[in-house]
Amino acid sequence: MIKVEKLYKKFGNNEVLKDISTEIKKGEVVSIIGPSGSGKSTFLRCLNLLETPTSGSVIVNGQDLSGPKKDIQKIRQQIGMVFQHFHLFPHLTVLENLTYAPMKVKGEKKALAEEKARTLLKRVGLSDKEKAYPSSLSGGQKQRVAIARALAMEPELMLFDEPTSALDPEMVKEVLEVMKDLAKSGMTMAVVTHEMGFAREVADRVIFLDHGVLVEDGQPIEFFNSPKTERARDFLEKVL
Amino acid sequence: MNLDFSQIVPYIPFMLEGIWVTLKFVFFAIILGAILGTILALFKIGSIKPLRWFADAYTSIFRGTPLILQLMIIYYSIPQLTGYDISPFLSAILAFGLNSSAYISEIIRAGIQAVDKGQMEAAQALGIPYRAMMKDIILPQALKNILPALMNEFITLTKESAIVSTIGYLDLMRRAQVVGSDLFRNFEPLLFVGLIYWCLVMGLTVLGRLFERRLKLSD
Repeated sequence: MIKVEKLYKKFGNNEVLKDISTEIKKGEVVSIIGPSGSGKSTFLRCLNLLETPTSGSVIVNGQDLSGPKKDIQKIRQQIGMVFQHFHLFPHLTVLENLTYAPMKVKGEKKALAEEKARTLLKRVGLSDKEKAYPSSLSGGQKQRVAIARALAMEPELMLFDEPTSALDPEMVKEVLEVMKDLAKSGMTMAVVTHEMGFAREVADRVIFLDHGVLVEDGQPIEFFNSPKTERARDFLEKVL
Repeated sequence: MNLDFSQIVPYIPFMLEGIWVTLKFVFFAIILGAILGTILALFKIGSIKPLRWFADAYTSIFRGTPLILQLMIIYYSIPQLTGYDISPFLSAILAFGLNSSAYISEIIRAGIQAVDKGQMEAAQALGIPYRAMMKDIILPQALKNILPALMNEFITLTKESAIVSTIGYLDLMRRAQVVGSDLFRNFEPLLFVGLIYWCLVMGLTVLGRLFERRLKLSD
């Protein structure tokens, strides 16, 4: 589904990602964890080219994103993204947030887009909020709308960039529930998270980054119970 | 004090007609300024370097020289250079439109850049093309930041429009001067059109507030 080869990313002289190679298979849920500043978010943002890699390649469904100018918008349509700070469109209602991209980008008819949007809102438990503006929602509700908005484009892969980090503690669960539900439905997901519980229970694989280097890549059970490296052990001791 | 407002009474219709004359070219100048200003702002934030340079140079020239000079250059040099006898009306629209587009482009640029960067990223992540993103996502939000400053610019433009009296365009200001020289008393007609300018600006201010309030509905 998505393959990363020898990925490097520099911001000026600061090397944020060093020689990262990995693969995410269809239907897989991969958690990306690591201390802050380890390059997790940058790595995720390289997967849909919100950041342009300095070198190396990202291959989505056989298409090399870093190659000569591909139709990046076409590829991004297949990749949904959920941000830490939601980034809902504040001047549009919840329903419009969900229908805008399918109508504008995929040319869906309004009636169809709205029907699908309502199904998605039901799925994230926000059917009663379709006419509300984002500013009237709680953080957890906003994030659920943001997930639904990304799903409305019917992506093959979903990227989550610390989806619960900006939430009040009591709202973390409702968002994780939606994500778990999504994982169960077979969605391919890459999740940057500090929620070790989620990584342990839901993820098929855990990738551990430290200082821009991919240190460990394996099953959650192995990673959490018997980390191979000193750095991972250190990190787990601090967070668990 | 020898004030006598009764003397200007016969001239009132003549002066009131100036409202329409002033508003007519101010209206077109604002439209021209807004359209050009938006385009220049998009040049400034875009990634195409020559367009950015052009927009910066344009702003530098039109902000860096007096408006009255620009007006004179347009009015007097176009006939000299091209033989086309440009009307004061058209000169006024051009000078004010071109000049205010320089200011408006700065206002819009700042307004766009004040929109949270995440909005652009969210739109990009959804695969929304640049044009649609600007038109439907970024600009409507930028409008909220822009509006107060934009209203200010429109008010300035309305007031400064009095400069066109120098090329003989029969606007409010010019009419006050005409009446003044007819009566040999200047204070009354000047005060009268001063009041009219103030009313026009107050009208714009109220309109701006109403508009701002409507935009705030989604907050």
